Amino acid sequence: MNLWITISIGFKEIWAHKFRSLLTMLGIILGVSSLVAMSALVKGMENGMREALIAIGGLEKVRVEAQEVPAYQEHLADQAVGCTINDVYALQHSAPLVKLITPEIDLYRTTVSRQGKYFNPFVVAGTWPSAVEMNQHVVQYGRMFNDIDDSNARSVCVIGTATRDALFGAPDDIGHEIIPLGDRININGQLFTIIGMFKHYESEQARLERELEKNQPAGTSKGSARSRGHGHSSGGFVFWLKNATIYIPLNTMWIKFRTATGTNNIPDPRLSSLTFKIADINRMDTALQQAHNVLMHTHNQIEDFAFRTMENWSENITAAIKNARLSGGIIAAISLVVGGIGIMNIMFASITERIREIGLRKAIGATTFSIFIQILVESVVIAVIGGLAGLLNSYGLVKLLTALSPTNNAPQITFVAMLVAFAFSAGVGVVAGLLPALKAARLDPIEALRYE
Amino acid sequence: MALVELRNISKIYYVGDEEIRALDDITLDIQSGEFISIIGPSGSGKSTLMHILGCLDSPTKGTIQLDGTLLHNASPAQLAAFRNRKIGFVFQFFNLLPKLNVLQNIELPMVYSSVPARERKERALNALKMVGMDNRAKHRPLQLSGGQQQRAAIARALVNNPRIVFADEPTGNLDSRTGEAILDLFLQLSREGRTIVLVTHDPEIAAVTPRRIEIRDGKIAKTLDPKLAGLETK
Ligand SMILES: Nc1ncnc2c1ncn2[C@@H]1O[C@H](COP(=O)(O)OP(=O)(O)O)[C@@H](O)[C@H]1O
Ligand SMILES: [Mg+2]
Repeated sequence: MNLWITISIGFKEIWAHKFRSLLTMLGIILGVSSLVAMSALVKGMENGMREALIAIGGLEKVRVEAQEVPAYQEHLADQAVGCTINDVYALQHSAPLVKLITPEIDLYRTTVSRQGKYFNPFVVAGTWPSAVEMNQHVVQYGRMFNDIDDSNARSVCVIGTATRDALFGAPDDIGHEIIPLGDRININGQLFTIIGMFKHYESEQARLERELEKNQPAGTSKGSARSRGHGHSSGGFVFWLKNATIYIPLNTMWIKFRTATGTNNIPDPRLSSLTFKIADINRMDTALQQAHNVLMHTHNQIEDFAFRTMENWSENITAAIKNARLSGGIIAAISLVVGGIGIMNIMFASITERIREIGLRKAIGATTFSIFIQILVESVVIAVIGGLAGLLNSYGLVKLLTALSPTNNAPQITFVAMLVAFAFSAGVGVVAGLLPALKAARLDPIEALRYE
Repeated sequence: MALVELRNISKIYYVGDEEIRALDDITLDIQSGEFISIIGPSGSGKSTLMHILGCLDSPTKGTIQLDGTLLHNASPAQLAAFRNRKIGFVFQFFNLLPKLNVLQNIELPMVYSSVPARERKERALNALKMVGMDNRAKHRPLQLSGGQQQRAAIARALVNNPRIVFADEPTGNLDSRTGEAILDLFLQLSREGRTIVLVTHDPEIAAVTPRRIEIRDGKIAKTLDPKLAGLETK
């Protein structure tokens, strides 16, 4: 018996019970569309993570942070020196796997102001010129301060666009872009001259949205508050943070903001953090060991520091993605199983309705196998139609999900996910059809023909 | 050699402890081209006999040879192929599939013998002509009268050119006039050379056929002329 005829019988059978078949398909439709939608969301998260990782400066970046003296060295706590500029020089000379080092003194809870406008960046950082390379900044206007600015402790700063937007006005609001080179701003009461400004950082998606909006006629500015990526929405935070950067020379920071006290006329020399890049990501462990040895030496063998790698960060995100994938997969799997049970149920009902038909088919020459295949094909046809409908539906579902909770990580429906989901739906059809098909194939034609 | 050779066929059902001999030691030959009626009261075993003759059922004891093949050696797939190509069935309740139109119903046996679509249609139309139903090809079975449905069912039984046609009470569900018309159709087919076995409980219908076999309690009735059992050729 021809397979096409069998499939067309399946279609006719489904068409004859449209509503019932549709209800049966719902489980598969939901299963397939949630599978595709979930994987699209996860894919979006992965894309966002990759972009954010680049914005942050890559995996080979390691941050040395001050930490409490460990318990076994508690008695040495008052001799702990903390991270100082000495560490930087020591690492430069003694740790060959360390490529680039940037010290940083951070100033939190600062207020930056200009002509009655205020801005609270997350942090103002005193650092070296190498911070640009370290954090993958791009100075679009003006220049980064140099070693001379640093050694003379000049009151200069380089800012990001978020700072500019807050103090001078955003291009969106005033209609043209202000490049405030040479202007002066007030950082915690001290005047600084802006000598450079970074480019505007944003996710690929935010950039696309902005471009799109630019090309649209004025007045249709729906969602513009978010589209520039200035907001604090979850995916854009990394970019906002980067745009809110304010860099001043390390020495300027030390002299102007680390004031000497009466008992100690040298300002606190401790660095907030120290960031280095390693030459080869594959030798991360060796490099960390090397840096650890050097720092233990400069810290008098007191371990009052810790390494934070981007790997920790990316591991967290990877774990979150894995969780999302797992829970999405479980939801989809449950819907598919429920859908499969529905199909099995309807196939049992369908063969009970058609016992006489099956008996007759056998009497006129249908083999056990062809009856088996016929029922199995019907089951697979239901599942496959459900699967295709689910694929179509997944576009809608993704739209709905993004409408419900906007994210900067645009969900991305992948071909592989669609293929996998579709294959699953067909597989569910096969499995769900097996038992009913077996039952139908085994019917005794005489009893089946006598059946009322 | 006879078209069908039945030797000492018994069919025994066990219902609880009770043993029901639906067929008891039946020996019978059917020649090609014969028109036979199997007659007997309800429950005498006519249908059981017909199912065994038609490869739908297998006997508890005895052997059947159909067109030179011993059936108890045949695989289920071979039996299905026999039913498909060598045997045609006509039932009391027509058993047309309600979702298919008349033409599609008649094409069905050819679907299982993988006849190409065009030939299927052609042959189905020919079979419809044979039973005088060619103007009803696109009708659904339920749009037809009982007599018309039975004609369509007969066309379906003939469409694969079977060696033998079995009809189990084909007029049992029809009024007497329509029933006569169906009987006329069988007579006509018989004259064209078909081998037909008609199962009935009605002596008037059995009277139409040249040869009658009476069944009582699963046995061929001794009251009947033994010549009619087809065993004595003299
Ligand atoms: N599957 C079965 N199980 C038990 N007894 C059966 C079965 N099929 C038929 N019989 C019995 O066998 C006998 C013959 O049945 P059947 O051939 O249908 O008679 P007829 O067709 O002549 O009316 C009856 O007594 C019937 O009850
Ligand atoms: Mg009967």
